[in-house]
Amino acid sequence: MNEILQGLIQAFWLVLSFDSELITISFRSLYVTLTALTISTLIAFPLAAFLVVTRFQFRQAIIAILNALMGLPPVVVGLIVYILFSRSGPLGVLGLLYTTSAMIIAQAIIITPLITSIAHQSMQELWAEYRNLLTSINVSKIQRVGTLMWDSKKTLITACLAGFGRGIGEVGAIMIVGGNIDNATRVLTTAISLETSKGDFALALALGFVLISLAMSVSFATHWFGKNEHGGLR
Amino acid sequence: MMRLLLICFMLILLQATSAVAEKVRLAVTSSFHNSGLSDHLIPQAEADLALDIQLLVVGTGQAIKLGENGDVDAILVHSRPDEEEFVKSGFAKYRREIMFNEYVVVGPKSDPAQIASAQNLLEVFKRLSEAKVTFISRGDFSGTHKKEIEIWNKIIFNPKDIGPQYISVGSSMGKAINIAVAFDAYILSDKATWLNHKNKGNLAIQFEGDQLLHNQYSFLPINKNMHSHVESKLVEKIEEWLISEKAKNLINSYIIENTQVFTFNAN
Repeated sequence: MNEILQGLIQAFWLVLSFDSELITISFRSLYVTLTALTISTLIAFPLAAFLVVTRFQFRQAIIAILNALMGLPPVVVGLIVYILFSRSGPLGVLGLLYTTSAMIIAQAIIITPLITSIAHQSMQELWAEYRNLLTSINVSKIQRVGTLMWDSKKTLITACLAGFGRGIGEVGAIMIVGGNIDNATRVLTTAISLETSKGDFALALALGFVLISLAMSVSFATHWFGKNEHGGLR
Repeated sequence: MMRLLLICFMLILLQATSAVAEKVRLAVTSSFHNSGLSDHLIPQAEADLALDIQLLVVGTGQAIKLGENGDVDAILVHSRPDEEEFVKSGFAKYRREIMFNEYVVVGPKSDPAQIASAQNLLEVFKRLSEAKVTFISRGDFSGTHKKEIEIWNKIIFNPKDIGPQYISVGSSMGKAINIAVAFDAYILSDKATWLNHKNKGNLAIQFEGDQLLHNQYSFLPINKNMHSHVESKLVEKIEEWLISEKAKNLINSYIIENTQVFTFNAN
């Protein structure tokens, strides 16, 4: 119990003293996860909308697979990305292993099915309401997708937050493909793991508190942003 | 959100542009890092050589695998049979011994297995197996794990036969010590990591100083013929630095709790 208190005190101290290493790894955490999230949404939202407005043979199968992939184990994703990007692997020549790029790719793979599934679910419900209207006024497929995405933006933001949460707290995949290299690929979660292995629980916990506050600030910022930008959106 | 992203992006750009030094990747054994020696040594080497030395802290087993795949430029490990196998397969042209430290047997202060009074290491392990005390094994094919198996094999074919008090945890040295502390158990550790470890709980060194506990660290540059992209020239510089007088002084002067933990022995 004493360690939790020590951790809290040390966390405050680290933040107050603007510890440069802490700031760098915190921003790196944000950079990796937010970039992965951006890539994921660019894939996930159109894909989800497409799955809602079109009908084709393997549609149900794809939806089922995406739902199943929501529980994709990060450590397995990490291993697969490692094998692909290893110098002996098919994409080894790119030299991306142990860079933030590899970490972003791994996280994007983990997050995309989650966001797609949540987005698909919400658009599906909206589609049930809008279908007859949109069909009767004969709008194009692109416009249908646009309408669906715009009108389900609340849930889409929730989907993003869920994806962000899964990414920012993830350690299994980025440990393997990033390597936890000091000044290059170390992020908050891998730093916590490292300090735990040194038995420095207070510092590990302090980093943990910083991570939690970071995740919470992003969530609050999103809510605040939504409120100001769109009036009624919460 | 966009603004935050922009700031992050700029920060990373800034980092990318400021890092002009040439980059070398070394896979090092976790004890080299957990003992604190890497923080004592590597920044100095980086400054002297104007290099960006990136350390991947992994177990010896994984370090060797990364070396075979060409994902690192050199490895620093401590498991002689594996190193010799690595050289034999052509992944490195030679192994260069750098320094040594020693393993110690750590256990509860009350020493229920009475190993402190044992004459030699085999006696220690015999008592451990007979006393029905909990023993934590790394179980991750690291150098320390292989050493432990080597010792066990001198008295018992498979340590798992000892029974449920033999626990294989599959973790790095530090994390395995954390588990040993929680179980109030015995564990084989390298001395440096143990001394540098913050969470010692109710454990202490119970046995040390047997010839079998010698722990040799070696540096193996990856063979350029196997992986043409490795930075052989830069690795050569690091190797030269590691066997220099300066490195010798730094290694020998690394003191934890008034104890010199590593001894330089390169030639």
